[in-house]
Amino acid sequence: MEVLGYLLQQLVNGLQLGAIYALIALGYTMVYGVLRLINFAHGDIFMFGSFVAYYLIAKWQMPLSLVFVITMAATALLGLVVEKVAYKPLRGAPRISLLITAVGVSLFLEYFLSLDSMFTPNYIAFPRPFDVVAYDLSLVAITNIQLIIFSVTAASLFLLYLLVYRSKYGRAMRAVAHNQETASLVGINVDAVISFTFAVGTALAGLGGILYGFAYPQINVFMGIMPGIKSFIAAVLGGIGLVHGAVLGGLVIGVSEVFVSAFLSSTLRDGVIFVILLLVLLFRPNGFFGKRREKV
Amino acid sequence: MTFLKGAKRFLVVSAVAYILLKALFLSGLATEYVQQVVLYALVMIIASLGLNVIYGYTGQFSLGHAAFYGIGAYVSACLTHAFAVDSVYAFLPILLFGGLFSGLIGYLIGVPILKLRDDFLAIATLGFGMLVRVLLDNSDKVADVVGGSRGFIGIPRITNLELVFVVLVFLVVVTRNLIFSKYGLFWQCIKDDELASTAFGIDTGRMKSMAFTYGCFLAGVAGGLYAHLYTFLHPSNFDLLKSIDFLVIVIVGGMGSITGTIFAGLLWVGFIEGLRIALPSGILELRWVFIPIFLIILMMLRPYGLFAQKESRFLGIDKT
Repeated sequence: MEVLGYLLQQLVNGLQLGAIYALIALGYTMVYGVLRLINFAHGDIFMFGSFVAYYLIAKWQMPLSLVFVITMAATALLGLVVEKVAYKPLRGAPRISLLITAVGVSLFLEYFLSLDSMFTPNYIAFPRPFDVVAYDLSLVAITNIQLIIFSVTAASLFLLYLLVYRSKYGRAMRAVAHNQETASLVGINVDAVISFTFAVGTALAGLGGILYGFAYPQINVFMGIMPGIKSFIAAVLGGIGLVHGAVLGGLVIGVSEVFVSAFLSSTLRDGVIFVILLLVLLFRPNGFFGKRREKV
Repeated sequence: MTFLKGAKRFLVVSAVAYILLKALFLSGLATEYVQQVVLYALVMIIASLGLNVIYGYTGQFSLGHAAFYGIGAYVSACLTHAFAVDSVYAFLPILLFGGLFSGLIGYLIGVPILKLRDDFLAIATLGFGMLVRVLLDNSDKVADVVGGSRGFIGIPRITNLELVFVVLVFLVVVTRNLIFSKYGLFWQCIKDDELASTAFGIDTGRMKSMAFTYGCFLAGVAGGLYAHLYTFLHPSNFDLLKSIDFLVIVIVGGMGSITGTIFAGLLWVGFIEGLRIALPSGILELRWVFIPIFLIILMMLRPYGLFAQKESRFLGIDKT
C-alpha cells in the first residue's frame, strides 16, 4: 500500500507540473499553427509572467483576481510587441531566419531582464498570497495549490476550446492555420488573426507563470528556458498544432519528469526528456494524434 | 599535387599571415593574453567552418554544434590525460581521434535526425546539445578525472601557433576542395531545393549525413585544440550560447562562404575580447543584450549574411 501511495503521490506531483507545461505548450502549438514558427521566446514570456505576478503580489499587494488579469494582459502585450517588432517584418522570409530571430528575441529578453536595473539575475522568493493546506485523502495528499492549478488549467482549456471551436475568431484562426492565402482571399485579416493568436498564447504562458510561482516559489530570469523547451517537446509529443495534443503532451512530460526524479536521479531528468524528444521525432514525428486532424 | 594546386594563393597568403603573427608574438608586441585570443580565434574559425558546411552549404540548421565541439574537447583531453602526452607530435593522432569521434557521434545522431525538416532539426540538435550538457555534468560519476560539473582541470597546454595554423590551413584547403568537388555541389543543391535534388538522383540522405559528419569532425578537432589551449574545460563552455556564437560567425561571414567565416571568426572573437578590455565589467554584461539585437537586425536586412556566397580570390574558387 505504501508503494502505491508513493506512486500516486508522485503522479499527482507530476500532473501538477504537467498542467503548467500544458498551459505553456498551448501557446507554442497555437503560434506554430498559424505562423509555422517555433516561438523560442515563449519560455521567456512565461518567465516575464512570473515576475509581473511577483511584483503585483509582493510590491503592490494586489488581490489575487487582479493579479491574474493584469499578468495575463502584460504577457499578452509583450507577446504582441515581440510579434510586431521582430516577427512581422520577416513574414515571407526563409523559416530559418524567423527561427534565428526567435532565438535572438529569447536571448534578448533573458539578458535584458537580467540587468540589475531590471529583474536582476538573482533568485527571488515568490510570495504565496495564501497558506499551503494539504488535504489528506488516505492514499495521497493534495494541496490547495494543486487544486488551484488543476482547476485553473481545466477552466482555461474549456474557454480555449470554446474560443477555437465555437467562435468566429476561432474559425478564422483555424482557417489561417489551414491555408493563409486562401484565408485572406475569403476576407480574413490574416495579420490580425496572427496577432490575436499570439496574444492568447502568451496570455496562457503568463497564466502558467503565475501558477509556476505558486507551485515552485523561486523565480529567476533564466527559469523560462527549461520549461519552455520541455513544453515545446510536449507540443511536439502531442502533435504540434493540436490543442488537445499539447495538453496531453504536457501532462506526459510533467509526469515522466517527476517519475525520473523520484525513481532514478534528479540530475538525469532533463536528459530523459530529450531522449523522449529524439524518440518521438524519430518514430512518431507527427506526435500522438498524427497530423491529419484539424489544426489550430 | 592537385590537392594543393588550386589553393596556391591561399597558401601564400597564410604563410605571410603566419610570419606576421610569429613576428608579432616573438617581438613581445602581443601580450600573453593577446596571443591566447589570436589562437582562440583560429580555433573558433575551424569549428565555425564545420557549421558553415552543415548550415551554410547544405542548409541543415543545427543548434547543437557546441556539443560536438565539447565532445572533441573532452575526448582528446581524456586521451592526453590517459597517455600523459605533452608533445605536439604525440598530440596530433589524439587530435585526429577527437575529431573522428565527434564525427562518428555526428554520423550516428545524424542518420535519424537529418530526416527532420529545418525547425524540427533545430529542436532535435538543441535537445542533443542539452543531453550532452547533462551527460558532461554527470561525467564525474563515471570517471572522476573528468570532473563533471566541477570542470576538467590539469590538461597540458600543447596548442601553439604552429599547430593551430597548420591544422587550420590544412582543414581550410580540405574544406575548399570538398566544396569544389561534386559532393560540395550536391550539398549546395540540397540547400537550394531538396526535392529537386532527389529528382536529379542525388542521394540526399547520404549527402546530408556526409556534410553533417564532416562538420562535426571539424568541431571535434577545434574542441581538441581548445581544450589544450585553455587547459580547463567546463560543461557550461559547451551550451547553447556557444552554439549561438558559431551561428553568429557563420551568419556574419555569410552562409556558404569560407572566406567570410575566416574573417567573421577573427572579427567576432576580436570584438568580444576587445569589449572585455575596453569596457568595465559592468557594461560587459550588456554584450548578450546587444548580440541578439544585432542578430535580429541582421536577419531583417541580410538574412543570408554579409558575404553570402562570396569568396575571396585567394581561395581559388571561381564563382560565377
